[in-house]
Amino acid sequence: MAEKKLFSFSEKGAKLRVVLISVVVLYIGVLVVAPLSALVRAVLLSDVGSLGKVLLQPDVFYAFGLTLALALAAVVLNTFFGLIVAWVMVRHHFPGKKFLNGLIDLPFAVSPVVVGYVLFLLFGRDGWFGSLDNWIGIPILFSWPSMLAATVFVSLPFVIREVMPVLQEIGTDQDQASYTLGANQWQTFWRVLLPSIRWGLLYGMTLTFARSLGEFGAVFVVSGAITQQTETATLFIYRSVEEREYLAGYSVALILAGLSFCILFLIEYLKKKEEKRLTHGH
Amino acid sequence: MKTGKSRLLSRSLRITAITYLVVMLVLPLLALFSDSLSEGIVSFWKNMSQPVALHALKLTLITASVMAVVNAIMGTITAYVLTRYSFFGKSLLSSLVDIPFAIPTLVTGVMLVILYGPNGVVGTWLKEVFNLQVVFAPTGILLALLFVGLPYVVRSVQPVLHEVDVDQEEAASTMGASTWLTFRRVLFPALRPAILSGTLLSFARALGEFGSVVVVAGNIPMYSQTASVYIMGEIESQNQVAASSMSVVLLTLSFATILFVDWYTRDKSLEAGEVPEVAEV
Repeated sequence: MAEKKLFSFSEKGAKLRVVLISVVVLYIGVLVVAPLSALVRAVLLSDVGSLGKVLLQPDVFYAFGLTLALALAAVVLNTFFGLIVAWVMVRHHFPGKKFLNGLIDLPFAVSPVVVGYVLFLLFGRDGWFGSLDNWIGIPILFSWPSMLAATVFVSLPFVIREVMPVLQEIGTDQDQASYTLGANQWQTFWRVLLPSIRWGLLYGMTLTFARSLGEFGAVFVVSGAITQQTETATLFIYRSVEEREYLAGYSVALILAGLSFCILFLIEYLKKKEEKRLTHGH
Repeated sequence: MKTGKSRLLSRSLRITAITYLVVMLVLPLLALFSDSLSEGIVSFWKNMSQPVALHALKLTLITASVMAVVNAIMGTITAYVLTRYSFFGKSLLSSLVDIPFAIPTLVTGVMLVILYGPNGVVGTWLKEVFNLQVVFAPTGILLALLFVGLPYVVRSVQPVLHEVDVDQEEAASTMGASTWLTFRRVLFPALRPAILSGTLLSFARALGEFGSVVVVAGNIPMYSQTASVYIMGEIESQNQVAASSMSVVLLTLSFATILFVDWYTRDKSLEAGEVPEVAEV
């Protein structure tokens, strides 16, 4: 009797297993795999000649160059300031710290269009910093400074949010020991702190880069999307699709997606490293 | 003991950090709020109560809510399948879940239009057989939001599922509880915080989604224009107060959601004595 019951339970479990796995495979198939395959198919169905012609346009090279430059600059800035912010948030106590800490997540919540619009407000003619471009002598709106500001804003939390928990976890013992041994702060940073936050930091930097590569809404608002001046890869895709230059739009979209995949794999690799470090440390 | 030099360094680090956050986060917020109220609260209300603005806000809230419900159910099932079963192709399936985090949202929109658009294979078929228009309609917005929100619930539920003992479920089953009862009484209470926080994060993300929606929705006012696309249109037609008003509403809604999740998970983690992983991005 008991045996029978156990048997029927496992049979029911097996049936449920098949149903659930099928449901999930179907869902992700329809939602993710099908659209991806449609993009790949649309590009592969075209002949090589026209694909080459479309991709070798100077517009495409310029767009990718600008996108990479902006993403790299955002990574540099957000790594530098992100490290300082994470350090101060974990190790210092000051009034208003909780408030600032909550605000760090703001870029995760704001619509990219709103980000672009706020820059528009700040640097526009009647804005608080409206005369800044006269001061420094280069235009800010419809030019790279506002595009960089937009990119830095949307990718601001990643390094901070990845480094903070690691800093919290390692505590202050190590750097105290390092000081006692006579190392100065600079040596302590390079020899003690950096090695222990290494994987978390790299993970955060990679997320920053990936987010910056794909930024569209904020850059769309502030850039003016001027071909070969302020047109990034995503803006190029948007213009191409609007102008019904489908092959150009689709192929650049495929390249950008491919690039994002590579970054995704890098991220998963870093995540495993980080997990290994954590389990190893315990 | 701290030397004078290290105190100076520490102080300048703090000033740098605070200045950076104030310039990057506080100033933009202040600028937005002050602009939306620059012509008084009355004009703010007048702008928000216009039918086009109201419809855009309503459409955004409805599509984001429907996405959140579907995402909560499907995300939990996906997380369950990925942690409890082993089968051929599982690691591939797991990588596929992360794809929406990596792919630029504009590319998401383009992909959906290729597949479900008027010239797409599936799009034409759906139109002919079911007379269902996906792209350039609210359905397309929902599809784009589901794609973008996919990883949130899965990645927030998965680590918790890992920690819940399989023994508990098996004990419940052998004691004669049905699968549904086991889920409801044993598994669900443990997963509830993670499901809720993942769902709310995807909801907050969906409220402001732009890149995928602008391509897929067709952006017809009073029909398929969401709040973020409405803002874009008002910026282009230089209607500053309207753009500011909607921006403030959108920002307040999504930031409040994020802060709630932050507070809720922190509270729960203190109770449980551990830090649950919350999906980011």
